[in-house]
Amino acid sequence: MFKATLKSVLSRKLRLLLSGLAVVLGVTFVSGAFVLQDTLGRSFDAQFAGAYDDIDLQVAAKARVSGSAGDAASAPVGLDAATVRRVADVPGVGKADGDIRVEGARALGKDGKVVPSTGGPRYGKGWTGETSLLALRKGHAPAKPDEVAINAGLAEKGHFSVGDSIGVLTGQPKRSFTVAGIFGYSGDRDSIGGEQTVAFTEPVARELMLGHNGQYSAISVDLASGAKSATVKAALKKELGSGFEVRTGEELSKASADRSREILDLVTQVLLGFAAVAVLVGVFLIINTFSIIIAQRMRELALLRALGASRRQMIGSVLLESLVIGLVAAVIGLGLGVGLGALGASLLAGTIKGLEVADLAVPANAVVVSLVVGVGVTMLAALFPALRAAKVAPIAVIRSAVAPDRKHRKQTWTGSVLLVLGAALLVMGLAGSGDAAMSAVLPGVLLTFIGVTLLTPLISRPAVWLLGGLFSRSLPGQLGRRNSARNPRRTAITASALMIGVALVTTLSTVAASAKDSVNNEISDKLKSQLVAMGDSGDSMSASIDPAALRQARGVDGVEAVAAASFDTAKVGKDTQSVSSWEDWGAARGMLSLRAEAGSIDELAPGSVLMNKATAKDRDLKVGDKVTVQLQRGEPRSYRLAGTFEDMALANSVVIPWADATEGFRNAQPSQAFFELAADASVASVQPGIEKALRDSPEVTVQSKDAIAQKFNDGFDMMLNLVQALLAVAMIIAVLGIVNTLALSVMERTKELGALRAIGLGRGQTIRMIMTESVVISLFGAVLGVVVGAGLGLAVAHSMRSQGVNTLSLPWSLMAVYLVGAAIVGALASLGPARRGARLNVLRAVTQE
Amino acid sequence: MSATSSTDTELAARAVNVHKVYGTGDAQVAALRGVDVDLRRGQFTAIMGPSGSGKSTLMHCLAGLDTVSEGDVYVADMKVNGMSDKELTALRRDRIGFIFQQFNLLPMLTAEENILLPLAIAGRKPSPEWLAKVIETVGLSDRLGHRPTELSGGQQQRVACARALVSQPEVIFADEPTGNLDSRAGAEVLKFLRDSVRTLGQTIVMVTHDPNAASYADRVVFFADGHVVSEITEPTADAVLDMMKKIDTLEKVA
Ligand SMILES: Nc1ncnc2c1ncn2[C@@H]1O[C@H](COP(=O)(O)OP(=O)(O)OP(=O)(O)O)[C@@H](O)[C@H]1O
Ligand SMILES: [Mg+2]
Repeated sequence: MFKATLKSVLSRKLRLLLSGLAVVLGVTFVSGAFVLQDTLGRSFDAQFAGAYDDIDLQVAAKARVSGSAGDAASAPVGLDAATVRRVADVPGVGKADGDIRVEGARALGKDGKVVPSTGGPRYGKGWTGETSLLALRKGHAPAKPDEVAINAGLAEKGHFSVGDSIGVLTGQPKRSFTVAGIFGYSGDRDSIGGEQTVAFTEPVARELMLGHNGQYSAISVDLASGAKSATVKAALKKELGSGFEVRTGEELSKASADRSREILDLVTQVLLGFAAVAVLVGVFLIINTFSIIIAQRMRELALLRALGASRRQMIGSVLLESLVIGLVAAVIGLGLGVGLGALGASLLAGTIKGLEVADLAVPANAVVVSLVVGVGVTMLAALFPALRAAKVAPIAVIRSAVAPDRKHRKQTWTGSVLLVLGAALLVMGLAGSGDAAMSAVLPGVLLTFIGVTLLTPLISRPAVWLLGGLFSRSLPGQLGRRNSARNPRRTAITASALMIGVALVTTLSTVAASAKDSVNNEISDKLKSQLVAMGDSGDSMSASIDPAALRQARGVDGVEAVAAASFDTAKVGKDTQSVSSWEDWGAARGMLSLRAEAGSIDELAPGSVLMNKATAKDRDLKVGDKVTVQLQRGEPRSYRLAGTFEDMALANSVVIPWADATEGFRNAQPSQAFFELAADASVASVQPGIEKALRDSPEVTVQSKDAIAQKFNDGFDMMLNLVQALLAVAMIIAVLGIVNTLALSVMERTKELGALRAIGLGRGQTIRMIMTESVVISLFGAVLGVVVGAGLGLAVAHSMRSQGVNTLSLPWSLMAVYLVGAAIVGALASLGPARRGARLNVLRAVTQE
Repeated sequence: MSATSSTDTELAARAVNVHKVYGTGDAQVAALRGVDVDLRRGQFTAIMGPSGSGKSTLMHCLAGLDTVSEGDVYVADMKVNGMSDKELTALRRDRIGFIFQQFNLLPMLTAEENILLPLAIAGRKPSPEWLAKVIETVGLSDRLGHRPTELSGGQQQRVACARALVSQPEVIFADEPTGNLDSRAGAEVLKFLRDSVRTLGQTIVMVTHDPNAASYADRVVFFADGHVVSEITEPTADAVLDMMKKIDTLEKVA
């Protein structure tokens, strides 16, 4: 049997190659992701190896707010001298020194702008002298309050030399320093993991980086000679209690490397997303290919059965065939994936200062996952056709070779059940909140897709008939239309492959369109400020505005009112979420046209908070309820919910009184400011004045309302571009599916084509006939995809009300583009098979048995 | 022996000294070795001969489905050999009708649509009277809306005949049209073919192995070993049978 199977695989090389290609693509992305992660991961490990060699143990206080925000976003909790003494007194501790090293010192380049990232965090530290890790390369240590030392990576990126003046933004407005020295790290490294470090004198670092909240950010511990690290670590933990973390140098290195790896996760996720789409679409392709092959070999299979082959043998033979394809595809995919991973790794590494790409290696998990995905998916997809092959009755030898398309009641049932289940999961996932709910969405989407696919054959005949009407003017069009309606199942599966890609993109386009329109509507209808100062990145927390400069801007001629806001993450009740605070709540309320939904939002009295309607609903809070808020600094406080306002994207969050924010937020400076102009003032006349006032706050730019809207739109567009790349992958595979189906149909209908040609159908007409069939099938898939995607997209957008999506919009023009694109893709896919059909040897075709 | 006859205008198709060789070297087969045949307008010609004698090959060459190795083939007064694919397509569409042993109807079209297909391909409208006449002759008026799978073999073949007739081609080629039918269904088809020659003036060339079928024709041409060896006009089944026996013995002697 094995030999026969192998022969049959080889005899249908091209077709199997096509279906195998989908698997190849899927495996390529999967293994590429793994290789990339492995290679860069090891690069980071190497980079951070020894980064904490000079530390035996480090003690730090646990961040007050952790969770989704991660370490980077949490403010350090300062440690006082008493704690240092306590640590020093623990047996086994030889020496305990307080250190200051906190993220958030942004050096300004000579152009006045923040020095671009070199791929890692931006640290501000207190200079404590050279160590085995860190050594000055030029100049001297910072000795005066206006002196700093910077790492060589930062010096190179910002073109600084010793003696230059350098501006630095921290938790406080811009301050200028002189570069006293430039330092590097052991192993001749300019930077560790692309980090930028500004080292101040200790008192300055304490003021700027800790804001006088404690003396140190961490305590470095040297072990007494003979003391064991693990023993001392345990003793320290016992002495200090649960509010502290004690980590070894190795653990710190690993934590740093892990943090750098986070950017890898995004890339990995994108690659895995592509892989998922490729595999999903590939499954349909494989099912279709095997189904068709089996339909074609009906007689052969029936003959085998008649000759005494058992069902088991039949299934085994098909599965064996799929195993061979899966294996070959997985191996090819793995090979390509290694290349993709290597390419990705070197591209990514290029963005990180001083990162040496580790030697390329193929991690074991890449091999295992590639094989599992490649072989598993192929065999699983072949299973259904295999089961069907086993059902071929021996009698089929005598009956016509092409079995009529029976009604598949079982399939309809399964399809309906899966669709309902998928829809239920979606509703659950979208209505609920939190990670658990989100994890219901993905299987929901998947089940919906499969359900729709199973139901597709039901509608495929009428739908294809309708769509085909577009082409029924000419005879080839009519014939093509009829051909596409001939085998609803095959048409359905082929179309489904396209449907998935189109549906995914339409879903995301719909969400983006809704989000875009929501923001645009709000900005144009509700926002009364004509000018806004905000950071260039979408992140509302990553910019800061000097409050003094803001006061100056308020005095600019033509400025009527200013509303400045600061944003942060905090623990509200049990959940970590975004909080905001406004320097002048009254002005903000007016400028954002906020309207009360419950309670009163006119004032924000001490001890009370306000929030938008959706957030209150998510948190299950009503006006008058008490809620505990833990800000980044200070103790948790209890607030009373004084009122809720209608959702508004620019304001959606929990609003904290300004006085509390200045103490408790990580960055006490505002990060956004809204300017309302006097009735007789024009944007053009006022903007330069405000820009001048804010020139020392280079992280924000002053922009008109339209520019702000445009910026939001650009953000969404970027996301859409990525999504469309996803569509491209799905399309490629779907095209393979269409080519496959058509090629098989042409082969199956050789005789018919021969007869048509014999009675005078021209080559051009033949090509047009096959092309019509292809276009109709692709259009069918695209229409399905657009409809399913629009439905899904609207559901998802609806569920994002609390994130400020309050307008539901459909991306009409994009949807039209997808349809036209599908038609073009269909036409292209038909070229090969159509050519074959047209070049057919008429005589051989009509005389074939 | 040859089967030539009078003036060219009366000829629907003609083969002049046609040779056909398949393959090369050792595997070479000479299917036709100098065949001359004239097919007169309005005549029902049957071609008979032992299996492998080259009957189908001749038909294919006459219809431009296959190329000749030597000699010339004409349909009406047009030389078929040397035509481009485009010209051949037009020839088949406008001048030639086919009836295959396997019917070769399009399964997704109804009987009527199948009948009208050649005209649709050519972008011509059927003349209603002609269509009515053809359909009446085929005797399928009540079955026009059915698909091929819903018709019996005989009915399918009659649809195929109507399809060949509808465009009023110069000549219809039928390769064993009754080969897949029982004697009754076969007789219906043959009667129909003969009627279309008698009443519609159609020219038909039919290959058959059945002396009975051949007796429906006006003339029978006998083939052996790639040659025309004999012919009978106004044949009866017995006469055909006798001739076949004669050829058989001749072959054995040879
Ligand atoms: N495509 C081909 N390649 C090689 N040889 C061929 C080909 N077609 C036909 N032949 C050979 O040419 C000869 C004539 O074949 P042809 O089909 O014309 O016979 P026939 O008289 O129609 O026979 P039958 O009554 O069995 O249909 C045979 O010897 C056959 O083997
Ligand atoms: Mg023959």
